[in-house]
Amino acid sequence: MKHLAEYRNPEFGKSLYRKIHEISTKPWNIMEVCGGQTHTILRYGLMQKLPEQITLLHGPGCPVCVTPIEYIDGIISLSQRPNIIVGTFGDMLRVPGSEENLLASKSAGGDIRLLYSPLDALQIARDNRDKEVVFFGIGFETTAPVTASAILQASRENLNNFSILSAHVMIPPAMAAILENPHTKVDAFLAPGHVCTVTGTAPYQELCAGGKVPIVVTGFEPVDILQGILMAVEQLEEGRHEVTIQYSRAVRPEGNPQALKIMNEVYEVVDRHWRGLGTILGSGMAIRKKYEKYDAANKFDVRFKYRDSLVNHCGRVLNGEIKPIECPLYGKECTPEKPVGAPMVSSEGACAAYYHNSERVKAGK
Amino acid sequence: MCLAVPGKIVQILSEEPLSRCGKVDFGGVVREINLSCTEDAGIGDYVLVHAGMAIGKIEEKEALETLAMLKEISDLSKADNPS
Repeated sequence: MKHLAEYRNPEFGKSLYRKIHEISTKPWNIMEVCGGQTHTILRYGLMQKLPEQITLLHGPGCPVCVTPIEYIDGIISLSQRPNIIVGTFGDMLRVPGSEENLLASKSAGGDIRLLYSPLDALQIARDNRDKEVVFFGIGFETTAPVTASAILQASRENLNNFSILSAHVMIPPAMAAILENPHTKVDAFLAPGHVCTVTGTAPYQELCAGGKVPIVVTGFEPVDILQGILMAVEQLEEGRHEVTIQYSRAVRPEGNPQALKIMNEVYEVVDRHWRGLGTILGSGMAIRKKYEKYDAANKFDVRFKYRDSLVNHCGRVLNGEIKPIECPLYGKECTPEKPVGAPMVSSEGACAAYYHNSERVKAGK
Repeated sequence: MCLAVPGKIVQILSEEPLSRCGKVDFGGVVREINLSCTEDAGIGDYVLVHAGMAIGKIEEKEALETLAMLKEISDLSKADNPS
């Protein structure tokens, strides 16, 4: 794809490492918020060549990992009802609920379809008017516009057999919670590029000013991440804290106004429980009353039984308190084949990223 | 999950608001994509696609500027560290 090779160019990588080494004088903890960035860091072994004093902490930006157990249980219970077709992103299939996962429900006869897009679920609803189609709406601000668009299209077509179980959450309130956590020391954030493609930088200004932390909106290729680290270290060494954009080819300060508009039309801000992290105020997106007939929780009277995370260690990993390899279950009871906690399920979960790149992790720091 | 893949718009299929859509080429694989949030993107433009929807346009100018900056760092670094 266009310019992709350049953003993986080892020559650029080498010079960025040199420059980071040149300017680093103190120990700094930098958290990359997004699981996609964690994946790139592990896959390309980016941590090994950084100066000793720079520590990368891995953040909570893996929607599969933080979707609360009660929502997993909720979608499983819907998939077991007759006449319901459940549509979901593939990553959610193996996430452990309180007793089982969606895959087990599918094996037991539930009509569960793995879909690339909620818009595909809309088509299934058009083609199966005698059935109810429920899409499991998980993800951050990157994903919320497309589920909002599906609801708006269903509303326009009066497609009454379509609904969404919305577990969408927003990133900035989780970053604020991490700054308040006494066990996590974050000096700077690499903010998630694709979330910011939608939201722009406005939601990060307050966070940056209040927490006095540099925030660099960063992309996902190895060169993007190294440049993001360099931009963060430059600010830290100079004692500045600003919101800056490394990923300028895809992020504008104002974000995507059209995407924000449909997101705000359909969703309102609510408090939401994050798996492993507890309740984060103002972090959830719930379907507005105006569109309640497309809200599966309302339509099918789904009762959410709050359950705290089965595995406390997951929360400490998601907060950046401990590295995955410091978890006592890592690689023993908990592996990608048999995950105990959600960060081991998705390839973007920090634990799975470490596991799949374990040779590199052993070789480095 | 927040993976978004760049692709090139090769055809506009509908200009209906909400369901504006077109064919997007991802290095040879062509898929129908919702373009309602990228109204300013037309044929030949690159968009970032996530879960069936284009969430933003990739700015050629910005991409080239970033690369020029990286090249500058690289050239300076080579000048300082000849090997």
